[in-house]
Amino acid sequence: MVLSGRSRLGTTVYWATHYLMIAAFVAFALFPLFWLLKVSVTPNDILYTEGVRMWPSRITWDNYAFVLTKSSFPHFFLNSVIVSGSTAFITTIIAAMTGYAFSRFAFRGKVVIIALMLITQMFPLVMLIAPIFRILAPLGLTDSLTGLIIVYTAFNVPFATFLMQSFFDGIPRDLEEAAMIDGNTRFEAFRKIILPLTLPGVAATLGFVFTAAWSELLFALMLVSSESASTFPVGLLSFVSKFSVDFGQMMAAGVLALVPACLFFLLIQRYLVQGLTAGAVKG
Amino acid sequence: MASIEIANARKSYGAVHVLHGIDLAIADGEFIVLVGPSGCGKSTLLRMIAGLEDITSGDIRIGDDIVNDLQPRDRDIAMVFQSYALYPHMTVAQNMSYALTLRKTAKERIAESLAGVSEILGLNALLDRRPKALSGGQRQRVAMGRAIVRKPRAFLFDEPLSNLDARLREQMRTEIRKLHRRLNATSVYVTHDQIEAMTMADRIVAMHDGIIQQVGTPIEIYDHPANIFVASFIGSPAMNFLHGTCIKTDTTSAIRFADGHILPVAPRPGLYAGQEITLGARPEHVAIAAPETPGALPARVDLIEPMGLSTLIHVTLAGHELKIFTMDRPAFAIDSTIHIAFDIDKTHIFDRNSELRLPPVIKAPEETTKETSGANGT
Ligand SMILES: Nc1ncnc2c1ncn2[C@@H]1O[C@H](COP(=O)(O)OP(=O)(O)O)[C@@H](O)[C@H]1O
Ligand SMILES: [Mg+2]
Repeated sequence: MVLSGRSRLGTTVYWATHYLMIAAFVAFALFPLFWLLKVSVTPNDILYTEGVRMWPSRITWDNYAFVLTKSSFPHFFLNSVIVSGSTAFITTIIAAMTGYAFSRFAFRGKVVIIALMLITQMFPLVMLIAPIFRILAPLGLTDSLTGLIIVYTAFNVPFATFLMQSFFDGIPRDLEEAAMIDGNTRFEAFRKIILPLTLPGVAATLGFVFTAAWSELLFALMLVSSESASTFPVGLLSFVSKFSVDFGQMMAAGVLALVPACLFFLLIQRYLVQGLTAGAVKG
Repeated sequence: MASIEIANARKSYGAVHVLHGIDLAIADGEFIVLVGPSGCGKSTLLRMIAGLEDITSGDIRIGDDIVNDLQPRDRDIAMVFQSYALYPHMTVAQNMSYALTLRKTAKERIAESLAGVSEILGLNALLDRRPKALSGGQRQRVAMGRAIVRKPRAFLFDEPLSNLDARLREQMRTEIRKLHRRLNATSVYVTHDQIEAMTMADRIVAMHDGIIQQVGTPIEIYDHPANIFVASFIGSPAMNFLHGTCIKTDTTSAIRFADGHILPVAPRPGLYAGQEITLGARPEHVAIAAPETPGALPARVDLIEPMGLSTLIHVTLAGHELKIFTMDRPAFAIDSTIHIAFDIDKTHIFDRNSELRLPPVIKAPEETTKETSGANGT
């Protein structure tokens, strides 16, 4: 043991330093979120007059009320939920099947396909906006949620596939072979034996893709021009006008935008924790 | 139950040839053990029977059906994996009844079979547990149970005991044999452990480098190994090998070792003067002898290994390390010189080039046992 021979005090200091560093990191990561919350409840008239304070002297829910009832945000949220949810769902289904194939089968062209999928991840997205716009426009897929879903799915499938593949790699082949001998077809074995064991992986993939799509701005901004198809990150920008930035409302919208993502993670966290620690302990 | 017939089955992965023309007929109800060193293709052959690997060429027949193109689930076989491959998200009962459920067997029938099998295997108390909550030995039993419940045409085992500790392994060996006697099911059992092969098999199939080296009952294989590979692989402690040259007169044959010592050997067809040969003698066929015994050779004692029931003496003779098995409790000093004598009728002669054994008399085609009496009679 590293600690053996060290004095009690030494041990205490050792662990205290440990926790202090973790606490500092957590504070650093969460502080912007706190600021978001703080500004969103600060009344407009004291936002600039009170100086830098950790908490305003008065708080107000006006910003929330405005965002929820008088702005287009509920609509943007809905768009975001549709786009992110569909993207996460479709991507995960495709990634599960592709990842399984990569994990289990040797087939002609496998290496080429993997290489191509990796290449798609190499280019900065900015480079691809123009050609994608040119492709989607004649198909009527610009300015539409469907278009966004297709683009997001296309860009998330490669990574999601590799993620799923690593989960399938962790499940012994013997299991589906046993199932196939027991009377399953390969697809049934996949569905009834392998997939249930990969639920943590499925949850992790869903979560990853959902958040990626939820906060995507570049494509959402460039491929969509009308308000009716805007997602919330684009909507956030509408609080920035030529003359001023309405911080209070913008922050309130930001806090609200966290809610669906939090709910989603709450929903899948049971599987997620298993997934993130998978392989750490042998079952 | 059904017989299994493998005709000229080959397997290659691209340019890598793993099995080179396997021919094997397994009778209905027979317990066959495929044995050989790791990587010799045993599992591949078993998986070809199961339908988990394609057959590159040749035929595999289960019962009357050629199964080459049948899916595993249509072959009506059961398999026990080395890893047990229990479904982690199902209870023991669900694991064992999964196959029956898929076959839409009536609930009462399933319960009945399950009760019977868990009774035999002593799993009654564990039916509601998940595999994770079982010990290695218990998992092994569940894997066996899952196979038995189905009453398949044949059982396939791929090193099912190699994850167990020595004592449990010994116990399961006996249990599997008893189960086989009870169910009388055609079984193909893969192992790299020659003791499992010897103790469990009706017939052993010894494999090496994708080729069947010999097929026979355990005793046939032990007493009449076809070549140096089988002779060295089967038996523990392993057979002793001494290299030398054949010298021959009209009436006698002998082997001359590099150090000039000469040992007479029983004459046999195919032996000619000047031939490079290898003498094979099992440790129990080498004995400590008085120096004046005819044919006794001097050897240096290297090590004495007491095993309780018996003792194993390691000696060096003509540059070869030998093991001698004795039921006595010898008290030789290390590095002292003793004299040893070979049981000439029981030693084997192998041609060094072909590595094949030269049988003492020409074998009658089917009755290998004749060989022994022939050798003894000479
Ligand atoms: N998918 C594969 N591709 C190439 N070679 C393989 C493959 N599977 C097995 N082999 C080779 O086939 C040989 C036999 O393997 P296996 O049947 O598992 O041996 P055993 O069970 O006797 O230890 C080994 O040399 C192994 O490397
Ligand atoms: Mg093997």
